[in-house]
Amino acid sequence: MQMRYVIDRSVKGVLLLTALVSLLVLMLIGMFILREGLPAFRQIGLNRMFTSSVWRPTIGEFGMLGMVAGSIWATLGAIVLGVPLAVGCALLLAEVAPPSVHRVLRPSIELLAGIPSVVYGLYGMVVLVPLVRRIQVPGNAGFGVLSASVILAIMILPTVTSIAEDAIRAVPRSYREGSLALGATHWQTITGVILPSARSGIVAGIILGVGRALGETMAMIMVIGNSIIVPRPISNNPLTVVLSQTRTLTGNIALEISYATGLHESALFATGVILFVMIMLVNSIARWMLQGKRGT
Amino acid sequence: MNTIGAERLVVTARRSLQLSKRQISQKLAFGIFWIAGIITVGIMLLVIGYVMLQGLRMVNWEFLTTAPRGGLSGEGGMSTTIVATLYLVGVTLAIAAPLGIGSAVFFVEYAGEADDRSGIVKRLVGIARFGVETLAGVPSIVFGLFGYALFVTTLRFGFSLLSAGLAGACLILPVVIRTTEEALKVVPRSYREGSLALGATRWQTIWNVVLPAALPGIITGIVLSVGRVVSETAVFYVTLGGSHHMPTSIMSSGRSMALHVYYLAMETRAFDKAMGTAAVLIVTIVLINGAINFLSCRLCPKE
Repeated sequence: MQMRYVIDRSVKGVLLLTALVSLLVLMLIGMFILREGLPAFRQIGLNRMFTSSVWRPTIGEFGMLGMVAGSIWATLGAIVLGVPLAVGCALLLAEVAPPSVHRVLRPSIELLAGIPSVVYGLYGMVVLVPLVRRIQVPGNAGFGVLSASVILAIMILPTVTSIAEDAIRAVPRSYREGSLALGATHWQTITGVILPSARSGIVAGIILGVGRALGETMAMIMVIGNSIIVPRPISNNPLTVVLSQTRTLTGNIALEISYATGLHESALFATGVILFVMIMLVNSIARWMLQGKRGT
Repeated sequence: MNTIGAERLVVTARRSLQLSKRQISQKLAFGIFWIAGIITVGIMLLVIGYVMLQGLRMVNWEFLTTAPRGGLSGEGGMSTTIVATLYLVGVTLAIAAPLGIGSAVFFVEYAGEADDRSGIVKRLVGIARFGVETLAGVPSIVFGLFGYALFVTTLRFGFSLLSAGLAGACLILPVVIRTTEEALKVVPRSYREGSLALGATRWQTIWNVVLPAALPGIITGIVLSVGRVVSETAVFYVTLGGSHHMPTSIMSSGRSMALHVYYLAMETRAFDKAMGTAAVLIVTIVLINGAINFLSCRLCPKE
């Protein structure tokens, strides 16, 4: 009799400890990458990291501007290409399509979400890059911002779609009925009532998509070309900036960590810290928006 | 009289014109949504179709059972990568599953306790929850960096299944916790009350009543995290080392299937073999998704 209460008590303690493991891991992650990155922050300084685009570890140049720009360009491209598609899909699923379409579209999106990022990278290398290479511009290798953006757009599509769809479905029925009763068409109801009240949820979905895009590593290495430069037009036409090769922050870490030593290694950890902070910020904004929505 | 009639006519005509304009714009907009849906399904078919068509031509019994030779032309099959993937899944789950399920049980069963006078547990739970949510958003390359700094170098585990498994466990911990929490939440309150009323302790109730009832949901979560491990590359790229040899112990370096795709494509440019491996990878993921759907369908009637 006494024994089982002892067990009960001790189990509770053990479970509390396991519940704290995630927090511990988070703290360890923060501690370790910060500790390893600190020398770089001290010796190079944030200022020089963000104002120089020259990254040459062998001569002690650690400018990250090229990679920062690369990450931002690829992410922006993914948003421009992926968000309209995702919001369109979300509206189709939540407002327009009959259940039979759900049975096709939903599993398709699930599958897209499940495809490993290396497979997207491989598909990009084998199919997309040769396609982009066909654009007749001298110096166009096919690898670059455009290819990366297309691949990233597909990768963030499931995230943005599912959160946007949830947000649209969460709009109270009465709003919709009120608008329809006033004689508005379904489309007027969507633009006038549903989208405005689902806006913060949709934006949160897009922001989470940004987080996902910024954090993507392997697929980016495979299609973006990995030259450490700020993307710039490769001919007189300014639009050819999207054909420029570049490198992402994430890709830089993965490509160089295994052989980096000393300050170089520390600079890579510093990159990790910057990435970590950026994505934490992005995710907290998204979470805050989603929670604000739930509160009202 | 006449002019009023004419005015009315004009007004109705204008109204019907407006209505039809509204309807046209609705048709247009909905048309665009349909196109978005069709494009999405099209992308899925294109990507999966291409990889399967190109890849499955490579795949045969020999490809699955011979080891990659590691040469520059990417000769050989993928047998060692299948084994390494299985080991990796095993190590990762062995670490993450008990911790994750334990956390979830604590969050669902103990967190809202009434006998917590000092409020310490409540505060701890708040912080712990924050930890889980934040961890879920950490990009995988950061897990890789962390694994490299702590397990590979500081603890001197080297590039090994152990290092990779530990880093991978950190990655999937939030997934296991979240899905297990969901599974525990759908177990009806009356089950617990019935057991407690019979004189069972809290833990006896959890062990004999709640966990068995939540088992399908918990397994779904585990399968989900298996999918995560199988498709993850960045973390293992910087912790597993990428040796193409058969792993012999937990301290061996290795190469998961996803990593193999990367090495074949980037280092040897053996795209045909990479496609073959990618096809096997996709089949694995589809099987895993199927298992999840099957399991969650078995859950449905219980809800």
